[in-house]
Amino acid sequence: MTSPAKLALEDGTVYSGISFGATGEIDGEVCFNTSMTGYQEILTDPSYRGQIVTMTYPEIGNYGVNSEDVESSKPHLAGFIVRENSRRRSNFRSDGAIHDYLVQWGIVGLAGIDTRALVRRLRIHGALRGVISSTDLDDESLVAKARSSPGLVGRDLVREVIPDNPREWNEQISEWTKFGPGQNPRTELDPDAPHVVALDFGMKWNIARHLYDIGCRVTVLPGTAGAEDILAHRPDGVFLSNGPGDPEPIAYAIDAIRGILGRQPVFGICLGHQLLSLACGAQTYKLKFGHRGANQPVMNNESGRVEITSQNHGFAVDESSLPTTLEVTHYNLNDNTIEGVRHKELQAFSVQYHPEASAGPHDSHYLFGCFREAIDEHRSAGVS
Amino acid sequence: MPRRDDLHKILLIGSGPIVIGQACEFDYSGTQACKALREERYEVVLVNSNPATIMTDPLQADRTYIEPLTWQTVASVIEREGPDALLPTLGGQTALNLAMDLDREGVLDDLGVEMVGARPDVIAKAEDRHLFKAAMERIGLEVCRGETVTSLVEARRVVEDIGLPCVVRPSFTLGGSGSAIAYNGEEFEQLVTRGLEASPINQVLLEESIIGWKEYEMEVMRDMDDNVVIICAIENFDPMGVHTGDSITVAPAQTLTDKEYQRMRDASLAVIREIGVETGGSNIQFAINPRTGRMIVIEMNPRVSRSSALASKATGFPIAKIAAKLAVGYRLHELPNDITRETMACFEPTIDYVVTKIPRFAFEKFPEADSTLTTQMKSVGETMAIGRTFKESLQKALRGLEVGSFGLGCDAKDRWGTPQQPDMEEIRAKIATPGSERIWFLRYALKAGMSVQDVYEVTGIDPWFLDNLAEIIELEDKLRALGGLEHADAELLRTAKRFGFSDRQLATLWNTTESDVRAERKRLGIVATFKSVDTCAAEFEAYTPYYYSTYEEEDETPAREPGQRRIMILGGGPNRIGQGIEFDYCCCHASFALAELGVQSIMVNSNPETVSTDYDTSDLLFFEPLTHEDVLNICDRLDPDGVIVQFGGQTPLNLARGLANSGVPIIGTSVDTIEDAEDRERFKSLLERLGLEQPANGIARTLAEARTEVAKIGYPVLVRPSFVLGGRAMEICYDLAQFERYVAEAFVVAQGQPVLIDRFLEDAVEVDVDAVCDGERTMVMGIMEHIEEAGVHSGDSACAIPPHSLPAEVIDNIRRATHALAESLRVRGLMNIQFAVKKEDGEQRVYVIEVNPRASRTVPFVAKATGVPVAKVAAKVMAGVTLAEQGIHEEPVPAHVSVKESVFPFAKFHGVDIVLGPEMKSTGEVMGIADTFAVAFAKSQLAASVVLPESGNIFLSVAQRGKAQIVPLARRLADMGYDLLATPGTAEVIQASGIEVEVVKKVQQGHPNILDYLIDGRVQLIINTPSGKGARTDEGRIRAAAVQWGAPCITTLAAAEAAVAAMEALREGALEVQAVQDRFATAR
Repeated sequence: MTSPAKLALEDGTVYSGISFGATGEIDGEVCFNTSMTGYQEILTDPSYRGQIVTMTYPEIGNYGVNSEDVESSKPHLAGFIVRENSRRRSNFRSDGAIHDYLVQWGIVGLAGIDTRALVRRLRIHGALRGVISSTDLDDESLVAKARSSPGLVGRDLVREVIPDNPREWNEQISEWTKFGPGQNPRTELDPDAPHVVALDFGMKWNIARHLYDIGCRVTVLPGTAGAEDILAHRPDGVFLSNGPGDPEPIAYAIDAIRGILGRQPVFGICLGHQLLSLACGAQTYKLKFGHRGANQPVMNNESGRVEITSQNHGFAVDESSLPTTLEVTHYNLNDNTIEGVRHKELQAFSVQYHPEASAGPHDSHYLFGCFREAIDEHRSAGVS
Repeated sequence: MPRRDDLHKILLIGSGPIVIGQACEFDYSGTQACKALREERYEVVLVNSNPATIMTDPLQADRTYIEPLTWQTVASVIEREGPDALLPTLGGQTALNLAMDLDREGVLDDLGVEMVGARPDVIAKAEDRHLFKAAMERIGLEVCRGETVTSLVEARRVVEDIGLPCVVRPSFTLGGSGSAIAYNGEEFEQLVTRGLEASPINQVLLEESIIGWKEYEMEVMRDMDDNVVIICAIENFDPMGVHTGDSITVAPAQTLTDKEYQRMRDASLAVIREIGVETGGSNIQFAINPRTGRMIVIEMNPRVSRSSALASKATGFPIAKIAAKLAVGYRLHELPNDITRETMACFEPTIDYVVTKIPRFAFEKFPEADSTLTTQMKSVGETMAIGRTFKESLQKALRGLEVGSFGLGCDAKDRWGTPQQPDMEEIRAKIATPGSERIWFLRYALKAGMSVQDVYEVTGIDPWFLDNLAEIIELEDKLRALGGLEHADAELLRTAKRFGFSDRQLATLWNTTESDVRAERKRLGIVATFKSVDTCAAEFEAYTPYYYSTYEEEDETPAREPGQRRIMILGGGPNRIGQGIEFDYCCCHASFALAELGVQSIMVNSNPETVSTDYDTSDLLFFEPLTHEDVLNICDRLDPDGVIVQFGGQTPLNLARGLANSGVPIIGTSVDTIEDAEDRERFKSLLERLGLEQPANGIARTLAEARTEVAKIGYPVLVRPSFVLGGRAMEICYDLAQFERYVAEAFVVAQGQPVLIDRFLEDAVEVDVDAVCDGERTMVMGIMEHIEEAGVHSGDSACAIPPHSLPAEVIDNIRRATHALAESLRVRGLMNIQFAVKKEDGEQRVYVIEVNPRASRTVPFVAKATGVPVAKVAAKVMAGVTLAEQGIHEEPVPAHVSVKESVFPFAKFHGVDIVLGPEMKSTGEVMGIADTFAVAFAKSQLAASVVLPESGNIFLSVAQRGKAQIVPLARRLADMGYDLLATPGTAEVIQASGIEVEVVKKVQQGHPNILDYLIDGRVQLIINTPSGKGARTDEGRIRAAAVQWGAPCITTLAAAEAAVAAMEALREGALEVQAVQDRFATAR
């Protein structure tokens, strides 16, 4: 039951714990997430491709896993580190244990290490490459493997997580997002519903659910789709999704965005925000250790109000590189990094954080409403 | 929009005396608020009747009124001070109610005072059941379904809607009696029929039963711009049905998915917005059906609360401080997070540990009380522990509770495997009905072979929690099976420590000593590491050194700076009767003293309610259980230059010897001296040497010895166990029968220590003295004359500074004795001496009852009465600064009279006799200050909610011994125009003196008797002294009924005397209020 496993970092640090989830060996960039709930959403968030996620909250697995709280078809992260894997799950919606879930999807995990010490190391030294192994327990060999891990910069991880084919989306947001079951009656789409094309770079499903929830017909296209492909769907709005890794190598997406900007409203989230900014001429850079959690305060410059947001990004848009066509709409209150931009002339806006939450607070759901308003405005302008 | 410049002077109302349900947490919140508002350059006016608080220290607010908390008094304060605003949300329910009274009486409007934080309509909406329900329905949230009915037909209609099981509550029955749950139709019909009969207005409330549902609390903050954040989510270990204050609670929430948690977060935001709390913190309680997930809002407190104090300590986010700043206009994102410095207060704390809070009860003090835990709070204190896992934090909290347990079993208190091992019947009964011991019976249940699922079905406690208990027990079995410490390897020992096992538990399992376990694990490199509480799970650097222990790899405690002196202060742990806020007050002052001396202060405490566990109070804070092991672990890391044990009550004193033996430098009075004072034989010879008298006494280790001693001493005697605080199991015995009854109990409580037997001095006046001695000089800081005669525990007695009846020569004798004792005991720091003064053969003789070379419960009262920060002075003495060096050359002589009165929890324990005795029963205290004793006493009674009537009937019933003394009192009462009632015996004496009195039957004499008069509201004051021996039951019923029907009841003649004087004084004119700062021109 408790077979040993280790985490080795490129700086030579080795943590010894016990194997959890699948056995084996994986490498990736080690990061941490400070959300106290939502590990299943985090596991299934495709943006974690290539990363080893450490949960700062020590007790994980308490409420098990269920078939509803997923953000994609399967876990995408490279590895998963927890302080304590809960032996018992307890929740009325649970239908499985996290350990079995990780085994089922072949995700290598590590439990029992001093996760706080690891997090402090990452905070001080920045994101580090690492290896989790339950097969090789030789420190030197593991550190060498960590050092040869490719890291995230310059890699196109998007291609590894995008869907193969377009699909029509017709799933609503969870009834648990409202105050209780039965408070979210399924509504038929208006035959005249606006059509949104969502470019999937590793999209969290809750985004699509929200787009559907604001009364849009949603077509999900693989993020590799070109401008012509997108426009062929005659969208009333185009959504740019989140996704893993460094935005700069995703040239095809930047091209596609340039091709559709100005034709209909565009809304981007996370990687989508970075890609929109790049398409407009801004630059991005890698953050020291990223923002990953469900408690990041963001100032909305227009309303003057603060939103507590869900975030997951290791790269950010460089404010000094911002073209005059873009204005900053949101700032992070912790480190003053850009959290949202808007095009001054064209109907395009984006946020670095996750208004679809999941995991995280719902303070920013309104952005989907803003997108819908922009679409309606665009449509009525087109009609007249 | 930063601070409001239109406000200049702000009135804060404190929460008054410590009572069950309102304790130190409001000293913590009020003190933070004072600090926060003054930081913003507002003038702060504070009213609070509780002298034991830090907030009433003259330096905390600009204008401090230690006055009774009635709307009339506060109105006088408002008239004198003319504040611009009243901040009512930081002083508990008391402050909120007072603010509502002031509003209703038009005081705020008339005097132009704005209520900030929460307006009256908002408070009403949150607190009124119907308004709240309507508000919740407007935002689509469910509340518990229920309706009142007046007939069975109506009831049948209602139950169709709400379903079974259903709670049936008859309206307006005493203490909610007759409430029960109907599980089937037949029970329902029966209960409703019976309930309708039992209710004086033939009405019952039918409510859907949510007993056994999961219970959660959300701590919410909102600012003027409608920014709302959740500070903490708390999940109760005990499901619905047990008051949250009596529940074991855990932070953060453990068994909710993100979807369910965010739903509750959304609901919390919706509630605070709909109710309309403009700024500050609120607490919202939810229940969730564990099978369906259905969520119900239970209630909302539009103010900071006990839970918000817990949430502040659990996360590091100072809710009260931020709430105060939000009330004056700041927005959350304009306020820095003190802990990280670079980030702002507008965020939601995330924690990387598990926090467990366990309530502490005092049922041993009230054996007649029903100890079942219900929706009415009964606990008197709480302890909190932090660990990296629930298992670790639970076991730490259990030992932090200081009830003789060192974790989940495996200690001296463990009944498993002993002849007292509980059987299945007892186990099932103890887990099915929530009580203070349930946690240990859950272990027995699992050890007895019940499965987690079985236990869940009986208790409703979430299986996740129960399985964690099961994991602890499985490891216990594994450890036990090893057979001895020598067989334990490093890995297993480390695992045990990570599960929160104490060395003491391991020693018990392996039949060895705690020190051997400690030595072995240290040899194996298994030592405690300390982690920070930083609000952000290490995402940002933390600057506030607030730590907890755990067994991990990395330690975060700071290295000592070169030349830095470090002194550790051991706190008092959870509040209990006999050890509460007074000792926390002293610990805080020790910290303030060290700060003034430039010494680094290290606070160790486990009580989340207190000011001492505010991260602002000391340089380093360790939130840890106060046990030998846990304190030693900190000492190992920090190597303090000194440890102060004399400020935290009995808790640190009990640790002193062990710590000293382990090489920890205890500063101040030596451990030997502390033990000398406790050792009866050595103390006796010391008194003889000094020519001081003490009542005849003896010491007994066995029952036989006790009998021999009592025969030598003669009755009446005082019997008590040694080394316990608060007069636990202390009794006055007038004859052999009583003696036999109580001495056995005393031996049980003494736990192997001897039992002390003293001659009891009847009708003596008791005197308390607090003094500070620096080794060269002794300064008497306060001489307190008790109002109740000797025999009433000093913590329960009212007392006055200066003495109101003792002649100067007696006081001189007392002073001389104090000096002699301090010097010969070589006291360094505080000392408390109890004297009894008894008139014998026309001479006032002074007896020494006991000497305690440590801080006493009266230290804060003395400080408030004299204006001298006694505890701080003593702490400096302990750190090596003499009284002379501190500029203290003379005894303080106050120009006014201060009276301390005690406050009791009787209203919470129906049917208990309220008569006072040597066992302490009060939970808190109030203070009255005035120019005369009578007015000061009147104020103290008002502050203690003892309403001395202006007119009406006064009932007199006194024991034989007091019959002569009652006559002059009766005459004075009659002269003031009161109508007198008396039982036949008392009436006879009074009538014989020509005073008119109505004879009322005793209870056993048939109807109408005194109880009928009480129930009809025809008695405004009761003076009823116990007969002294036996026959307490009948009188006890009168006194218990007095509590239930809200009639003040005085149980000693001395107090009656003071009360009559107070009533006379009250006729002279209205009470005047005065700020403490004005009384002490030189207040420091």
